[in-house]
Amino acid sequence: MVQIAATRTTASPPINTRLLSLAALAAVIATLPLALTNNFHLDIAILAGFNAIVCVGLNLLIGYAGQISLGHAGFFGIGAYASGILVTTYGWPPIAALLAGAVSVGVLSFLLAKPILRLKGHYLAMATLGIGIIVSIVLRTETGLTGGPDGMMVDSFKIFGLELYGEKTWYWVVGVVLFIAVWLSLNLIDSPVGRALRAVHGSEVAAEVVGVDTARYKVMAFVVSAVFASVAGSLFAHYTGLITPAKADFFKSIELVTMVVFGGMASTFGAVIGAVLLTVLPQALTVFQDYSQIVLGAILMFTMVFMPKGLLPTIEGLIAQRRRA
Amino acid sequence: MTMLANAPIPHGENAVTPVAAPSKALLGVENLSREFGGVLAIENLSFTVSQGDIHSIIGPNGAGKTTLFNLITGVYKPSRGTVLFDGATVSGLPPYKLAARGMSRTFQNLQIFFNMTAIENVMVGRHLHLNGRLLPSLFRLPSLVRKDREAKERAAELMTSVGLAKYVDAHASSMPYGALKRLEIARALASEPKLLLLDEPAAGLNATESREIDEVIKTVAASGVTVILVEHDMKMVMGISDRITALNYGRKLAEGTPGEVAANPDVVAAYLGTMD
Ligand SMILES: Nc1ncnc2c1ncn2[C@@H]1O[C@H](COP(=O)(O)OP(=O)(O)OP(=O)(O)O)[C@@H](O)[C@H]1O
Ligand SMILES: [Mg+2]
Repeated sequence: MVQIAATRTTASPPINTRLLSLAALAAVIATLPLALTNNFHLDIAILAGFNAIVCVGLNLLIGYAGQISLGHAGFFGIGAYASGILVTTYGWPPIAALLAGAVSVGVLSFLLAKPILRLKGHYLAMATLGIGIIVSIVLRTETGLTGGPDGMMVDSFKIFGLELYGEKTWYWVVGVVLFIAVWLSLNLIDSPVGRALRAVHGSEVAAEVVGVDTARYKVMAFVVSAVFASVAGSLFAHYTGLITPAKADFFKSIELVTMVVFGGMASTFGAVIGAVLLTVLPQALTVFQDYSQIVLGAILMFTMVFMPKGLLPTIEGLIAQRRRA
Repeated sequence: MTMLANAPIPHGENAVTPVAAPSKALLGVENLSREFGGVLAIENLSFTVSQGDIHSIIGPNGAGKTTLFNLITGVYKPSRGTVLFDGATVSGLPPYKLAARGMSRTFQNLQIFFNMTAIENVMVGRHLHLNGRLLPSLFRLPSLVRKDREAKERAAELMTSVGLAKYVDAHASSMPYGALKRLEIARALASEPKLLLLDEPAAGLNATESREIDEVIKTVAASGVTVILVEHDMKMVMGISDRITALNYGRKLAEGTPGEVAANPDVVAAYLGTMD
């Protein structure tokens, strides 16, 4: 009767693979400082970590739920400026400002998500693009609050009388937050909510007829990914001490999407790897710095054409093929 | 029984219109119409499906069978008319709310989640029986993990019951067509529906596979699930159905037992005559 096709087991890893991969991530984060000998290297690792946190969140939306956003730098920017303004101008405790930023972004993204996620394809891309553009215009023009195009200085992060200061300290902060982000993402993917998100991507009508409120889950993915970006933005503001509207603009959003697509859609570790590689490469290659937007565009095109699944899933596929052969 | 055709149905659990159950009808369709760009795909159609029956809908290509399924399950909104399910007016409700009331279906054109494993496809079918809120999933609460494991076991059982035991560990994208047709049935059953709508479950299958599907449908019906079946395989339809409604150009051509419908000259002319 039916011919037996080669069966392939992937997708949601069973619990031991899940724990193993988390352990591997922890090991890499813990040992990497041994190789990073100076503050310049640590700085790049920290920036890669911030991008990775945003990308892990964004991947839930793009890779798993199958919805595009070209405006997520806007949410990163709102988080950054919420912390900058509330802490530096109004003297809030940094953790309170971070939470206030996250809640504001959560509410804002929730309100925006309902109408825009009803759109599909190009229209959704355009609408999310609009969000990012509006945020960066507001940041540029509200000079009294934000310092305008020149940006604003941000006080350091103080908690329980401790001041987070210097690359060494921030490396561990970002490492721990990234680990938590990956843990939450892996939890989510292999859960009823995660399956509902993936079902929305796989077939909306099939998801609906077994009881999945697809609109609700799209909104959920959008809000979660926006909050991830906001938290990363808040911490980033304290780390660098200077934030500018450029961190919220269109090019930053494109960069984030490129990291997710390049590293591997629907792969949490792919998103991390994409973020790390595309943060490190520009530092290593000077040509990248001079023509960064062009190189980024080229990488995006190359990925779409030659490895649409992204780097990590493609490599995993090759390894699986080898093993079968 | 007065029904407000086209009355907007407020969302929410208490917004249903109770109906004095006249018989043991699980589903009723009253004066249902749906037009696409001025053309009526379903025209003024009324019929009822009794609890526990296997009720087949037959008709030539383009008769409106799939459109009818889409209207019943909320994928399309009717232009006019009413759908009654389990004693309440349900036309206008979105599909996911109808699923919560006990409807489930398969698709003529496969709607598989190709981005998941086979068993995960079936587990999505159990969505209504699991905790769908964000935070328990995000933090992997033990109660959720336990229910998820049970859902997985249940999904594996369902796969076995439709003859997919060997695909329990497979990825959906690696399965052949015949297995995917059955995967859709397993996914639909996972929601534990009162009413299961099957849109050409045997299309594209060979004789052996068709017979297996036939057995699956009988087993499902024997377990108390009401089945509405759209199928071109007349041998299967005639052998399995309690009642048959024949459509042509969106209208009811005939209705009755398989014997009655097969003997109806209009049906023979419009449909059976064109077969084979
Ligand atoms: N979304 C749509 N937009 C426009 N026309 C449609 C749509 N869906 C169905 N139709 C039309 O409605 C009519 C009925 O189609 P339907 O798919 O319901 O037929 P069917 O009985 O399921 O046929 P088949 O046996 O080939 O599956 C056809 O003329 C079809 O072209
Ligand atoms: Mg059809």
